[in-house]
Amino acid sequence: MFNDQHLQLFIDEIFDYYGYDFAGYSHASFKRRLERVYQMGDFVSFQEFLYKIKSDTDYLTYVIEEITVNVTEMFRDPAFYKVLREEILPSLSSKPFIRIWHAGCSTGQEVYSMAILLQEEGLLSKSIIYATDLNQTVLENGKKGLFPLKLMKEYSENYRIAGGKKDFSEYYIANYGYAKFDEGLSKKMVFSQHNLVSDSSFNEFDLILCRNVMIYFDKDLQDRVLHLFDSSLAPLGYLALGTKETLSFTSVYKNYEQVRKEKVWKKIK
Amino acid sequence: MEENQIRSLLNVVIIGGSAGSLEVLLQVLPKLENIDSIVIILILHRRNSDDTVLEELLRMKSGLKVRQIEDKTGIKAGRVYVAPADYHLLIEHNQSFSLDVSEKVNYSRPSIDVSFESAADVFQTRLTAILLSGANNDGTKGLLAVKNKGGIVIIQSPETADVPFMPEHAIKNLEADYVLTPTAIVEFIARLVK
Repeated sequence: MFNDQHLQLFIDEIFDYYGYDFAGYSHASFKRRLERVYQMGDFVSFQEFLYKIKSDTDYLTYVIEEITVNVTEMFRDPAFYKVLREEILPSLSSKPFIRIWHAGCSTGQEVYSMAILLQEEGLLSKSIIYATDLNQTVLENGKKGLFPLKLMKEYSENYRIAGGKKDFSEYYIANYGYAKFDEGLSKKMVFSQHNLVSDSSFNEFDLILCRNVMIYFDKDLQDRVLHLFDSSLAPLGYLALGTKETLSFTSVYKNYEQVRKEKVWKKIK
Repeated sequence: MEENQIRSLLNVVIIGGSAGSLEVLLQVLPKLENIDSIVIILILHRRNSDDTVLEELLRMKSGLKVRQIEDKTGIKAGRVYVAPADYHLLIEHNQSFSLDVSEKVNYSRPSIDVSFESAADVFQTRLTAILLSGANNDGTKGLLAVKNKGGIVIIQSPETADVPFMPEHAIKNLEADYVLTPTAIVEFIARLVK
């Protein structure tokens, strides 16, 4: 059986041994993920599981990948991308240079969605997109711009609902079951490892996107990360969160103005 | 992490349903005049795109305080909470909701199993879980977790279900405390309120 003591033991050991800090993760979801990966391993005891993590770094990498959620899609929540296209990007278009940060970008689908929008709005050449995640493995995937071909039907439908006018297949070449996205898109992307829990701000941005990442954090950690974003946003910059996330009731709320009823906030202070 | 935190004495009713379950809820919820001392949580398989239509419909028809859930929404008595489309719904020990977009479970997100297991963990003997009509295996494992933690397990009687597969699947795999018609479900919840 797996219980809360095991969970605590895991959190303590992995912090002491590798410096990964999961203490601020939301209990319910983290417990479910850890229990799942533990049971898949068919261990005799939890101690054996911990020993394996400490003695085998490949296994550690695998465990981290499994307990952090890496589900994403292109143009997820098309209505959000429509607002980006029609409202947010136009208001950034007069800037000489546009800096964007996708925090917790996972395998990069949203990063490519952003690059497509920027290109269609004629802004890609003066933009740079920083894409960061805790997992090195998912970043490698993003750098390559390779996504399963079978997902393209769903992605192109999302693209269309998000106001896309082109034939979505113009953006990739089909190759052995994968869609390889145009390198013209990825040349404006910088993928790098960054841990929202322990790393600090590394630049100033005009737009920060962190969608469905902080849902895995508890309130205190959410607040800390929001302060990190706040200190990384240029005046009048934008912060975009997931469809069921909110800045209300957080300590940075007073510095922001919501863009209509969308999950996008403009920094006004 | 928070454990053994605030344990209020609230009774919690969590209801899971798929195809054919909305009709049951529209029959049950309007008959509950007051749910002031309990909380009702609904986990329904729903379209990704319907956004808040379901909440509006339930609010209109039932007259109850039906609330949408956002990440970390606190759980308050007297309310009906509806799991949002395309997220798993989990419950924290400090009596708030958290959301999760991890892989679908039983081809479903929200998955009834995921929410039932999480609610069982937090509410234990104060939980009543009710599984309604549907065409899916979802819910059975969740009901088992509820039972193991000492909660009450209720399954809609298959002969009253539009799509009996889901309740039948659960009945085959565990012993429910009650197998009830929608009318009897209303009476059961009304008794919990008192």
